[in-house]
Amino acid sequence: MIEDTKADLFRLRRRPLTEKLTDQSFRLLAIILASLVGLILAAILITVLVGSRSAMSAYGLGFLTTSNWNPVTNEYGAFTAIYGTVVTSTLSLLIAVPLGVGTAIFLTENFIPTKGRQIIGMMVELLAAIPSVVLGLWAIFVMEPFLRPLLNSLHDTLGWLPFFSTQPEGPGMAPAILILVVMILPIITAIARDSLLQVPIELRQAAYGIGTTRWGAIFQVILPAGISGITGGVMLALGRAMGETMAVTMIIGNSNNFSLSLLAPGNTIASMLANQFGEADGNQVSSLMYAAFVLMLLTLIINVLAQWIVRRLSLRYT
Amino acid sequence: MDSQARPASNSVNRSLHRKPNLPRNRWNVIFTGLAAFFAATVVLPLVLVLAYVVIKGASMMSLTLLSELPPSPGMTGGGIGNAILGTLIVSLIAALIAIPVGVGGGIYLAEYSKGGAFASFVRFGTNVLSGVPSIICGVFVYGLIVATRIFFDQSYSAMAGGIALSVLMLPTIIKTTDEGLKLVPQELRWGAIGVGASKFITITRITLPTAFKPIATGIVLSIARAAGETAPLIFTALFSPFWPEGLFSPIASMSVLIYNFAIMPYDVQIALAWATSFVLVMMILVMNIFARYVGSLNRI
Repeated sequence: MIEDTKADLFRLRRRPLTEKLTDQSFRLLAIILASLVGLILAAILITVLVGSRSAMSAYGLGFLTTSNWNPVTNEYGAFTAIYGTVVTSTLSLLIAVPLGVGTAIFLTENFIPTKGRQIIGMMVELLAAIPSVVLGLWAIFVMEPFLRPLLNSLHDTLGWLPFFSTQPEGPGMAPAILILVVMILPIITAIARDSLLQVPIELRQAAYGIGTTRWGAIFQVILPAGISGITGGVMLALGRAMGETMAVTMIIGNSNNFSLSLLAPGNTIASMLANQFGEADGNQVSSLMYAAFVLMLLTLIINVLAQWIVRRLSLRYT
Repeated sequence: MDSQARPASNSVNRSLHRKPNLPRNRWNVIFTGLAAFFAATVVLPLVLVLAYVVIKGASMMSLTLLSELPPSPGMTGGGIGNAILGTLIVSLIAALIAIPVGVGGGIYLAEYSKGGAFASFVRFGTNVLSGVPSIICGVFVYGLIVATRIFFDQSYSAMAGGIALSVLMLPTIIKTTDEGLKLVPQELRWGAIGVGASKFITITRITLPTAFKPIATGIVLSIARAAGETAPLIFTALFSPFWPEGLFSPIASMSVLIYNFAIMPYDVQIALAWATSFVLVMMILVMNIFARYVGSLNRI
C-alpha cells in the first residue's frame, strides 16, 4: 500500500502554474533582451540614414568625391575626410601589422621564459586599456614635439615627393598615423597571439623533426597555419583604426583643405564628426550624418568581411 | 646550404656542432633580434605614456584637486571634482542599462538557443555591434535622444551619455556571459533538473553563480573601457563646469574634460588635463588589474 501511494505521489506531481509561468516569462525575457542587439543595430542604421536624408538628396554621390566643406555657403563634400580615413588607417596598418605579428611571434615561441612573456603580454593588454583621449593628450604634448625635427628632415630630403611636400607645423596626418599605430597594436598582437597559440604543437614538432630552423618553422609552418586568425585580426584592426576618434581628432589638425601631403593637417570622418557635430545645425548636421553613414558602412563591410574570413579560412585541428 | 660539405661527408664536416656562420643560423639570429625589437617597440608607448601621465599628473594630486570645480579660463587653482563624480554617474547609468540586457542576451545564447538562425543572428549582431565606431554611438544617441528632446524636453543629458556608453558595453557583456556560461559543466545543469529544479531556478541558482567570475571579469573590463570613452559623450552628455544637476542635464566627465582642456591655450587647464589623465588612467588600470585578479582566482 505504502509503495503505491508513493508511486501515486510521483505520478501526480505537477509543475505548479507559477513555476511554469516564471519559466516561460524568463525565457521570453531572455529572447527579448537578446533581440535588443539586432534592434539597436537597426536603430543606429535608421537614425543615421534618416538624419542624412536631406544631405543625400541635396548632394547625392558627389558628396563622396568633392572636397569643399563650407558651412557659410552651405556646400559640403566629404572627400578630404574619406581620403584621410582611408589613408591614415591603411598606413597605420602597414606599420602595425609587422610590429604586432612580430610581437605575437615573440610572445608565443619560447625565446624568453614564460614569466617574461606573461609580463609583456599583460603590458600589451594594458596599452589597450589606456583611454584614447589620454593618448591624444600625450600625442599633442610629447610625441608631436619630439617627432617634429624628424618629420622636418623627412620634408627636407624627400620634399619632392607629393606625400612630404609641406612643411610640418604641428598637428598633421603623420602624427595621427603614428598614434593610430599605438592604438591598433594591442588588438593585432592579441589576436595574432591567440591564433598562433591555436596552432597544434605537433605541427611545430614535425617541422623541427625534419630539420628546419626555428624561423623556418615560423615562416613556413606556423604563420601559414595561423593566417586566418591573423587576417581576421588585421581586418578588425582596420575597422578600429577607421572609427578611432579622440586621439586622431586631437592630433590630425582638423583641416578640410585637401592635401596629398602626410605632413599637412587633415581630417578623418570620425575626427570631423567629433569636431563639428556639437556646433552644427541645419544642413551641416545632415551632411555630418551622411559622413557618419559612410563611415558606418565602411566599418560594417570590413567587420563582416573579417568575420567571414575567420570562418572561411580557419583550419580546424581536432 | 651544405652542398659544398657533401663531397667530404666525413666526421669533421658532418659534426653535430651548431655552425653559427651558416646563412640559416645567421638569419635566425637576425629574425630573433627583430622580433625582440618589435616587442620592445610595442611596449615602449605604454611605458612612455604612463611615465608622462605620472610625472605630469601625480605631482598635482591633492584634496582640492579631487574635490573642487575647475577654474574658469585664465584663473588658477580649482580641481576636477565634478568630472570625477560625472564619470562615476555616467558609467553607473551605462552599467545599469548594459548589465541586465547583456547578461540576459548572454543567457539566451548559452542556455536557451539551440544553434538556430536567430541565435547565429544575435551572435553576428553582437560582433557587428562591437565593431561600430564609438563616435557612431554618439551620433546615434544624438539623433535618437538629444535632437528629439525625448527626456523632459532636455537635450544634452547625463542619461543620453549613459545610454551611448551602454551601447558600447553591451557586446562585451553579452560575449563574456555567453562564454562564461558555456564553461559551466553540463552535468551541473542535468543534476539541477534531475532533482526537480525548474529551468529558471537552474539558471539563477546554479549556472549563473558558477559562471560568476568570468562574467564579473568581463563586466568590470567593459566598465573600465566605458569610463575612458570620450567620443560618445562629447555631444550627448556634453560638459558642464558645475556640479551635476541631475540625470537630465549636461554633466562633466573626466574624458571630455581632458579633451576640452587639452586644446585650450591656458597652462592651468593643460595641467589639469594631465592631472585628470592621471586619475582616469589609475582608475582604469586598477579596474583592469582587479578584473584580472578576480578572473585568475580559480577558474570554475
